[in-house]
Amino acid sequence: MKFRFLVKYKLEIIFAVVIVIFAAVFLIQNAHIQATAKPGEETWQGSDDMGSAAIEATGYTPWISPIWTPPSTEVESLLFSIQAGLGAFVIGYFFGFYRGKRESPKSV
Amino acid sequence: MHIMEGFLPWQWCVFWYLVSAPFIIYGIYLLNRQVKEHRETLSLLAVSGAFIFLLSSLKMPSPVVGSCSHPTGTGLSVVLFGPIITAILSLIVLIFQALFLAHGGITTLGANVFSMGIAGPLLGYAVYRLGKALNLNIFVNIFLVTAVADLFTYVITAIELAAAFPATHGGFMISFETFFAIYAVTQVPLAILEGVLIALVFKYIIQSRSDILVKLRVLTQEQATKILEGFA
Repeated sequence: MKFRFLVKYKLEIIFAVVIVIFAAVFLIQNAHIQATAKPGEETWQGSDDMGSAAIEATGYTPWISPIWTPPSTEVESLLFSIQAGLGAFVIGYFFGFYRGKRESPKSV
Repeated sequence: MHIMEGFLPWQWCVFWYLVSAPFIIYGIYLLNRQVKEHRETLSLLAVSGAFIFLLSSLKMPSPVVGSCSHPTGTGLSVVLFGPIITAILSLIVLIFQALFLAHGGITTLGANVFSMGIAGPLLGYAVYRLGKALNLNIFVNIFLVTAVADLFTYVITAIELAAAFPATHGGFMISFETFFAIYAVTQVPLAILEGVLIALVFKYIIQSRSDILVKLRVLTQEQATKILEGFA
């Protein structure tokens, strides 16, 4: 019975281990990148922006630009946070609802 | 995987709109039917959509190449509701991002919904059915479905861009290698992480609403009971 905990929470444990490995590889890689980056070189760019840059490198110019662009990276990250928050709110709401339903006494 | 506004020649914008349109139309029909006939599944539909919302907003560093990208979050919806309904959920997220975040675009919406909402989920769904046929452990299966749907989305983006911008010397293949390196290689660690996360989330869904999972034919009653006993 000693290992019951490991069986019950094996998915949580796997998830935690994967996160730790992910973070560790990131830190090692980051140290390496920061050490070799030229001054002023932007590191950890978005792949979407790199894709756009690769397209522009072929001599292509976009024929239309977005109707609205967030005026700064701060405003952009605010909007991304709102998107994440909305998602997390809905997930939390329903998981809480399920749990409450499961644990409340049936005969009230 | 977002192709930015204006970054596809208009002929390709039209082409991808036309390719995606039948899936979207069929998806709206299926979604309507799902909501009308199986009202009890609505809450899980909302949760699936919310995971796409949440995960696709997280720009994460990808340790292998030193750039950032985001997961797609479509795996859960693919398993629970199938790839066609997933296309509609992805479409909603992509429109939100195109309008408010200038991430992706309205002209490139057809191409983006094809990669994230249609092609990735379709291959993910194929993996899911294969896993079921082989009697694979459901959590391993969900891990694979999610990772494949995520990764393949980025492979498709690379194909879309290589087709629109073939290299002057070497054509499609050379161009594909460039975009593949930018999009798909970056994505590998994120796809793995996303797969593990959704497998874990699936455990909570079994614990919360195994009745709906049985109704959606993701699990049989016996399988659900057995898994629940395993975690008791």
